[in-house]
Order: sequence, then C-alpha cells, then structure tokens
Amino acid sequence: MSAISKKISLVVAVLAAVLLPFVLEDFRVFQLNLVLIYAIAILGLNILTGYGGQISLGHGAFFAVGAYTSAILISQVGMSTYLTIPIAAVVCLVMGVLMGFPALRLAGHYLALATFALAIATPQLLKYKGIEHWTGGVQGIILDKPTPPFGFTLFGNELSEDRWLYLVILAIALGLFWLAHNLLSGRVGRAIVAIRDQPTAAAALGINLTFVKTATFGLSAAYTGIAGALSALAVAYIAPDSFPAFLSISLLVGVVVGGLGSISGAIFGALFIQFVPNVADQISKSAPWAVYGGMLLALAYVAPDGVMGILKKIKNRRQAQ
Amino acid sequence: MKLLDVANLNAWYGPNQVLFDLNFQLNVGGITTILGANGAGKTTTLRAVCQAVQTTGSITFLDKRIDGKATEDIVRAGIAHVPDGRGTFTALTVEENLKLGAYTRKDRHEVQADLERMYSRFPRLKERFRQQAGTLSGGEQQMLAISRALMLRPRLLLLDEPSFGLAPLIVKEIFEIMRQINEEDQVSMLLVEQNAALALNLADHAYLLETGKVVLSGPAADIKADESIRRVYLGY
Amino acid sequence: MDSFVLQVTAGLANGGIYAAVGLALVMIHQATHHINFAQGEMATFSTFIAWAMIQAGVPYWIAFVVTMVVSFVAGLLIQRIFLKPVEKAPILTNVIVFVGLLVIFNAFAGWIFEHTIKSFPSPFPVEGMFLPKYFSGHQIGSISVTLVVLLSVFCFFRFTPLGLAMRAAAFNPESARLVGIRVSWMLALGWGMAALIGAVAGMMIAPIVFLDPNMMAGILLYGFAAALLGGIDNPWGAVVGGVILGVLENILGAYVIGSDLKLTMALVLIVTILIFRPYGLFGKPIFSRV
Repeated sequence: MSAISKKISLVVAVLAAVLLPFVLEDFRVFQLNLVLIYAIAILGLNILTGYGGQISLGHGAFFAVGAYTSAILISQVGMSTYLTIPIAAVVCLVMGVLMGFPALRLAGHYLALATFALAIATPQLLKYKGIEHWTGGVQGIILDKPTPPFGFTLFGNELSEDRWLYLVILAIALGLFWLAHNLLSGRVGRAIVAIRDQPTAAAALGINLTFVKTATFGLSAAYTGIAGALSALAVAYIAPDSFPAFLSISLLVGVVVGGLGSISGAIFGALFIQFVPNVADQISKSAPWAVYGGMLLALAYVAPDGVMGILKKIKNRRQAQ
Repeated sequence: MKLLDVANLNAWYGPNQVLFDLNFQLNVGGITTILGANGAGKTTTLRAVCQAVQTTGSITFLDKRIDGKATEDIVRAGIAHVPDGRGTFTALTVEENLKLGAYTRKDRHEVQADLERMYSRFPRLKERFRQQAGTLSGGEQQMLAISRALMLRPRLLLLDEPSFGLAPLIVKEIFEIMRQINEEDQVSMLLVEQNAALALNLADHAYLLETGKVVLSGPAADIKADESIRRVYLGY
Repeated sequence: MDSFVLQVTAGLANGGIYAAVGLALVMIHQATHHINFAQGEMATFSTFIAWAMIQAGVPYWIAFVVTMVVSFVAGLLIQRIFLKPVEKAPILTNVIVFVGLLVIFNAFAGWIFEHTIKSFPSPFPVEGMFLPKYFSGHQIGSISVTLVVLLSVFCFFRFTPLGLAMRAAAFNPESARLVGIRVSWMLALGWGMAALIGAVAGMMIAPIVFLDPNMMAGILLYGFAAALLGGIDNPWGAVVGGVILGVLENILGAYVIGSDLKLTMALVLIVTILIFRPYGLFGKPIFSRV
C-alpha cells in the first residue's frame, strides 16, 4: 500500500469511527466506550511489558488510581470533569516513575511477583477505612456522566451523554495512539527494545537505563491511568470491587491477544476482553475466565505475537505470492 | 568392532558452525587424545558425542547409533563425561556426588564396593567424604569428577582438559591414575587436552583439530617423536 | 497476656499453612527458576475435589489421601503438558502460561463447584489434645499434619536416591544429565510434590476460612512472602519464614495494624524483601555474568 492510500484509508477509518455511534443504540455506544478505554489501558501495559519487557501483573492498580483520582476530584473538590483527566495522567505518571525505581532491581518474574501482589492487595487497600473519607469506602463514589455541550441529531440519533463521551474518548484515544506510535517507532522505541533484549550492551552503548526504564514505567502508568479516569466517567460509578486482581489479568489477556509489542493490536485485545464475557457469561459466570485462560495458554504456545502477529503472517504470505 | 565411530560430524552453537565434517574412530581399550589450540573445537567434539550440542552426521557407539539421542540415554549406554569446569555438584557432599555417579546402576553391593575402591584410589576424597564438594581444592575436585564418572562403570570416559588450572604435581598424579584406570579397569578414554606433552605421553593415538577440522592424525608416539610436527602444530 | 498467647498460637497454626505453600513455591522455583503463580488456585481446586468426595460420603481421611494422590498426578501432568513446551521460552511466555493456568483453575472451580461459600470439615476434635487452653483441636491437628508432610519431604530429599537426584537436577541440570538423571522427569516430580503439598495446605485452611474459588489468593500472597523471607531457593527457609509470618501477621494484625490491611502488609513485605534482601534471611546472593 502506498503512503497516500494508507493516509486516505486512515482518514476514512477515523471518519467511520466518528459516525459510528450515531448508527448504534446508546447501550452499544456505552460498550464501545469501554472498548476504547480498555484499548488505551492495554496500550499502556503493552508499552511496559510488550515493548519494555518489564512484566506487570498489576496494571489494574494504575487503572484504579486514575479512576479514583478523577472521581475524587469531581465529587469532593468539584473540579471540572475534563480537567481531571490530565491530572489523573500526571498522578499515575509520577506513581509509575516512583514504582519504576525499585522495579529496576527486579528481574523478570520477581517484578511479575511484586506487581501480582499489588494486584491482589489493591481492592483491600481501596477499602481501607483510614481513607474512606475520600474514597467512599466499600460503597465507592457515584458520578454524573458529563453532559454534552451542544445538541444535535445525526442519522436519527441524538448526541446523548454516551455518544458525547464516545467522541471525547475517541479523540483522546487517537491522540494517545498517535503519540505511542511516534515514540515507539523512533529512537525512544529502539532504546526501550534494546534495553529489553540486551540490557548490558545497551548500557555500554550509552543508553541511560535508569531514565529509560523508569520513564517507560511512568508513561505506561499514565496511559492506563487515563483509561481509568475515563472509565470513571463512562460508567459513572466506581468502587473498590471494580478493580479486583482479575482486572490486571484481563489487561494482560488483552495485551497477549492483541500482540505483545503491537500498538494497533490493543484494539483487538480490547474487543476481546469486552465482548467475550458478554457471550460466555450466558454459559456460566466462570466461563469467560475459562476462555481467557484458554486463550492465554493457546497464544503462549501457538501465537506469541497475538492477533497482529497472525495478521502480519498472512500479509507476508500474500506479499510473497 | 570399534568402540566409537564418528563420521561426517558437523556441530553448531545456534547459527554458528563449529565442527566441519569430522571423522575419527576409537578402538576398544585405547586412550585417544584430541589436541589443538583454544577454539579449535575440542570441547565441542566431546559435547557432540554426548549430544549436548546440535549435530549432523553419525556417531556410533558399540555398533549402535547414538546421534539424536538424549544425553541421559547416551550416559546410560556407557559413556561418562568429565566436562570442562569439572561439573561437580558443589552444594552436595563428596559422597553424594559419588553416589550420583552410580545413579543409574541397580547393583547396590557393587556400587558400595566401587565406592570403597574410589576412596582407596583417592584417599583425599575419603578424608573429605562429608564435606561440601564446592569447598574442595581444584585438584580434589578433579579427582572427584573423575571418580564420579567412573562410578558409572563406563566403557568410554570422556575427559575435557583435566589438567586445567592444576599444579604440575597434582596433574602428574592424576595422569598416572588415569593410566592405571585404563589398564586395570579397561576403561577406554577420549582425552581433550591443551597440554600436548602430557597428552601424548598418555595416549596411544592422537587427532589434531584446527578450527573445527582434523588436520593431523596418527599414533601418539609418532607425533611425539616428529619434531617438525611438534614445533609447527603443538608449539614445543 | 492470654490473648497474646492465643494470637501466637493461632499464628503458629496459620504459619504452618504459609510454610507449606512457601515450600511448594520454593520447590518449583529451585528446580525451574520459575514462580508458580497458579499454586494457590491448584490448591483450591484440590480442596474442592476433596470436598466433593466428602459430600458424596467418602470418609475424610480416604478423601484426604486420594486428593493428595490426584493432586500429585495432576501436578506432574501439568508440568509435562503445559510447562515442558515452554521450558526454553522467554520468561514472559512462561509467566503467561502460569497466569493462564491460574485463571483456568479458578474458572473451572467456579464453573463446576459454583461460587457459593462452602464449609469444609475438620477431622480433628473441637477441643485441643494438647494445651487445650491455647490451641484448638484443629490448630493442633493442622500443625501436626503440616509437620508430618514437611518432615516426610525432608527425609525424602535427604535420604532417598530419588530425592538426591531431584536435588542434583535442581542445582545443576547439565551435570545431572551427565550422570544419567532424566532431568525433565525430575521437574515433573517436583511439580507433583508441590501440588500435593499445596493440596494439604488447602485442606487444612479450608475449615477456617471456608471454601470458595478465591480462597487461596491471600494465602498464596503470604506463601510468596514466606518463600522470599526464607530465601527463594531454600526450602527450610520457607518453613521458618512461614512460621515467622504467621505469628507476625496475627500480632501485627491484633495490636498494630488491624486486620483490614493484611494483604497490604504482605505486599509491603514482598516488595521490601525483593528490593533490600532478595535472597532472604537464609539464602545466598547469586551473581549473574554478562
């Protein structure tokens, strides 16, 4: 595909994405919002684990911190809804960088262990009575969905709260994906991958390991934190039990399904973790998890590069022919 | 019947080929040595026999093909390998190391008898039988490594640079014991050595490797006697 | 004073459970250098199997032994089928497999046995047989059972040829092959034993915390902490670490922190150990070469 036709198809895709909510009913749009939100969160995890090779089984914690930051600022401080999103990003960025320092000393599965412990401890930590005043304790925090600033109707559907949120989230998602693409396909990305594959050699080449690794952690946390903040707005309710250990595992599933180290794969991963439960739930409450587990195993053995890896292979085969 | 017959052996470490079309044979009862400079592929040859590296070509031991088999099965067929670095279980005791050498044997009484023979051959091991193997001196660890290999009652003993890092007196002692083992216990040996003089004194036959190929082969006595070969290839 | 002693004794009983889980984790880590994230869910699933048998009328101790055997075989098979193919794969792939197993065991437990909380019987009399003022029957029984299991494992490794072979395979797999040990099968055996120990831990803790698919999550966390505290490659360190943790958890929970933050405490402990003393109280530092 030539560069120009690539750009044209991108514009067409974005246009289609913008018009999409107006041909779907509100509930579907709500689901799409969650898909976009998970895509951002998965992209965040992918930056750290897929590109950076630092295994995190606890990204749900950043999601939670982003969500609670936004919710607390809106409900307790009365801050404007949209302002809370960059603040949540910064809070999580700082948190990620701070966690990046001890993470420097933890190899492979020890980091996985520490983040796994974080994932398990997060709900209990959120329920802690000492901070109940802020977090609302077990009950959590209820929010109002942001109202659209103007009203219009398209294809017979009005600009509802969900549809307005969709456009906001879409804009943020496109910006974040673009940013990630630029960062990771340039020198920064190469440095991150070099550190992942050959850390000692990378250091010998003058790459500042500490800076790159902690910055990666911070960036990854910020992305997932933004997703968390957006989820607070989209769902309009958060509570400690919204962020169980299994949320972190879902994000990992999303990364693996979409493809480690693939930016666009995040969408496939998000679609997977959003819609598999909808379908599998009807068989049994536990069925979605059986599917997740099966997918993790299957992909680990058969397709470690996830959906994007399979698509690439198909594309390569077509080009070869 | 040849003890070991290696034909068209190639070996790789990952994408790098290290051995190129090697051919050599061992007779039953003999001591053969493989000489060469660092990086010539001597250690790789021993590893290839144990199938610890990727190979193509045929390796036949006592008329049975062993290429493609797992290392554990080749060991069970009667080949014991004393690797470079000795390979002792440093966290285990001397006696535990020796017992592990006999792990695959079923004849308990004979194993006990062999254990006693090792102790009488290497009294220093007997003194330290409860000590952690990692606390032994270099020479003692080498004796332990050889003894452990012998506990298998192997037909063929592979030795990788047994003189490495050891004081000359100890080396002399060890090589003398190796001669005894070969004569008394009828254990054939394939010896990889950097110290060509020592090796040629002990062995009957020698192969010389250079960058993964055999460049010279012949009776050890002849090579030892030929000054020009020694000077050009062996540096003395 | 009395309530303090009671906290300590309860801590000892819990500590035995943490010691067992920690030991199972160390056994797998020592041999494979991997952390078995699925250890907790495997133990829970084993406990459900025992529960099902008891519900069907099987006498407790028969169900107990059958569960141990089934768990052993299952652990062995899991290593052969799921972990052997990724033995040489990167760490992340292995972690994904472990998490996948964790998720599947949890899912099947929930699917087959549902999420309603169940009670699990204790085979021990209510009143303690020893120091009844301080130990309940179950606490004494639980400590005894875990002691028996731990002692058996110790004797197995110390005095049997197979145990020696497993230790050798864990320390130095290449040398182990050179004495004819089938290293792969040693790993499978290690998994089987770890699964068995985990099942015992599950059956001992279930009467106290009640049985549901998420029973072991917090306990697994404490098992990790115990293993790290003792030194991740030191089995007896894990045992000591577990006992220390059990007592510490109860004392701190009763007098300092309150019981709301037990998981957070475990998290803090894990992170602290990993950062400041990664080889634990009894382990030795290992240096890696470039």
